[in-house]
Amino acid sequence: MSETHSTHASAHGGGPFIAAIDQGTTSSRCIVFDKDGRIVAVDQKEHEQILPKPGWVEHDASEIWTNVQQVVAGALEKAGITREDVLALGITNQRETTVLWEKATGRPVHNAIVWQDTRTDALCKELGRNVGQDRFRRETGLPLASYFAGPKIRWLLDNVDGLRERAENGEILFGTMDSWVIWNLTGGPDGGKHVTDVTNASRTMLMNLHTMAWDEKICASIGIPMALLPEIRSSSEVYGEATGELAGLPVASALGDQQAALFGQTCFEQGEAKSTYGTGTFLLMNTGHEPVNSYNGLLTTVGYRIGDQQPVFALEGSIAVTGSLVQWMRDQMGLINSAAEIETLASSVEDNGGAYFVPAFSGLFAPYWRSDARGVIAGLTRYVTKAHLARAVLEATAWQTREIVDAMQKDSDVELAALKVDGGMTANNLLMQTISDVLDAPVVRPMVAETTCLGAAYAAGLAVGFWSDTDELRANWKRAAEWTPRMDAETREREYRNWLKAVERTMGWIEEEN
Amino acid sequence: MARTIQSLERAAAVLRLLAGGERRLGLSEIASALDLAKGTAHGLLRTLQQEGFVEQEAVTGRYQLGAELLRLGNSYLDVHELRARALVWTDDLARSSGESVYLGVLHQQGVLIVHHVFRPDDSRQVLEVGAMQPLHSTALGKVLCAFDPVAHSEALDGRRTDFTERTVTGEDRFETLLETVRARGWAADVEETWDGLASVAAPIHDRRRMPVGAVGITGAVERVCEGEELLPRLVAAVRDTARAVSRDLGALRF
Repeated sequence: MSETHSTHASAHGGGPFIAAIDQGTTSSRCIVFDKDGRIVAVDQKEHEQILPKPGWVEHDASEIWTNVQQVVAGALEKAGITREDVLALGITNQRETTVLWEKATGRPVHNAIVWQDTRTDALCKELGRNVGQDRFRRETGLPLASYFAGPKIRWLLDNVDGLRERAENGEILFGTMDSWVIWNLTGGPDGGKHVTDVTNASRTMLMNLHTMAWDEKICASIGIPMALLPEIRSSSEVYGEATGELAGLPVASALGDQQAALFGQTCFEQGEAKSTYGTGTFLLMNTGHEPVNSYNGLLTTVGYRIGDQQPVFALEGSIAVTGSLVQWMRDQMGLINSAAEIETLASSVEDNGGAYFVPAFSGLFAPYWRSDARGVIAGLTRYVTKAHLARAVLEATAWQTREIVDAMQKDSDVELAALKVDGGMTANNLLMQTISDVLDAPVVRPMVAETTCLGAAYAAGLAVGFWSDTDELRANWKRAAEWTPRMDAETREREYRNWLKAVERTMGWIEEEN
Repeated sequence: MARTIQSLERAAAVLRLLAGGERRLGLSEIASALDLAKGTAHGLLRTLQQEGFVEQEAVTGRYQLGAELLRLGNSYLDVHELRARALVWTDDLARSSGESVYLGVLHQQGVLIVHHVFRPDDSRQVLEVGAMQPLHSTALGKVLCAFDPVAHSEALDGRRTDFTERTVTGEDRFETLLETVRARGWAADVEETWDGLASVAAPIHDRRRMPVGAVGITGAVERVCEGEELLPRLVAAVRDTARAVSRDLGALRF
């Protein structure tokens, strides 16, 4: 990803434009798009990762709000345009990160607790009571896990002095980062809109997927006063107008980052799926207007909702270790000098030489959910070289993709026609070919790599009539590359069996947790 | 034995003196160790510093070996790194030109395609990564021949097949053609390799101004040419992309 990527507005068809804010885990960015969905300018600013204890990750929400204002101003300046050239502002954000603030002053009462933070592990076990981690799954689509916002709110109420009482008195507001940014943009203590969108609400464990409203019983069970909660709105509508320097600019979309990528990849039909290959990987499949229960370890989540149209649901599977395995080969093993070199090394041999690498560094995630598993390299012989291992590293990402796609097809009964990909690892040609080979389906990369911001821009543009409908957005989607399967069925089956054997060997390594 | 060049011998002595462990030496130490006048030693060090072979510590003013020396032994640019760096720029080129984009590097006696972006229409296209193109007749190949001496000698030594009646095969005409490419900074191929197709390409340089590859577009003659000439708008777009990728590589650390 290039931070210096910016071209002047004059190189494009001129305005008007849509701006999208991506409030991410490590940085906040703003990208200005033109009507064709092309990038006009980018600005980006990183914020501090606060790590008070092992497993704890916090952000300073005030710092983030300052950065957001700066990157919006910066992107407009780089584009050589003013607020008047922008029709609407969209927002996409790191999901589940939780902040509570004073309604009267806008001051956060504590650092935001980031999605990666595991301080609520014990609380989640306790909340599972005798039922276990699926206690709220039927209503919320989620297992009780430390990622989600509900238990994080409860932790703050339990651990910040006097907070519960103030919350019950209606002095405190809760938000994920979308709510925090929208409230501040639209006036803050002076009439700011306290809203969230359905996708972000679906990651709190407090929203009922069948009613699309806060679930009173679950809020009571987790111990959260409903006075804290924002109003749940669609992903694409005008929530309010910005104040201050952006005065009058409609704030017109909010989508969690992975859902925004689904939207930016224009996966508007049931069965369409996108996979974002970064440090980890997130695969979402559009399952249409009904939430699909997962019996194969996936999450059921809201994909998006446009205005007053019916909501669209998605199944989500994530792979914890993908790009980070390549980084591990570079930094811990020293087998390559740069991430891109993994392809060079892997391409120097024809196959994996019999080696399989299951990077269960912190257990196995979807579809297995085994925290007692640890990483394994299986099938070693004297013949195996570092090039074979490089190949096994790339194949690990491909096979894990296959496992999630298989689980999705089982849960939804929908066959995957093609996988749309984005993220940094799409630069790896061999990896993309391997994914196509093991899925036995085409893998397609779109021309704009910034699908997350683009999704937020699309949703905002739809809300203000800049784009008329999703068909028009589809027409903007251009295929930059397509990989088609080349592996014969027999090889694929044999390799899959070997992979599954290797996966089996990771389980039960950690004894006390089993 | 042929005459040797004294200043090169002295520069080598400076490097040897600084080599080994973490040695940092001041100007007078270096001058006296090599029995040189301070001014001479300073001139040597300044030149070596300019080339990146020696670095000077800001605080103490002492000299040590530079990072460039480490890169000498390992100085090729990984083609996959090149692709990763070029990704956003080549996507943008495909969108702005409406044509397919290719990124090529010298490989044996030809151009290896390391990245390919589809033409942004909805037609069926096949990824050509890994394919080879000829050096002497394609726009990518001519750029490499014009700017990379190794490619140049490969093209001169190799067989220059006449793919169409427009292919330039004779050595003199080929050299004249490369001079034009060098002078204007880009190369064209109007039906010299494939009937009905024209290309334009420009060189990508790394931080040491070494030519590491070429980027270009290919499309139907009637879309990319006006008469015999390539559309200036497309030439400009290709050159902008080549410059942008080169700039990105300039920030690259090995």
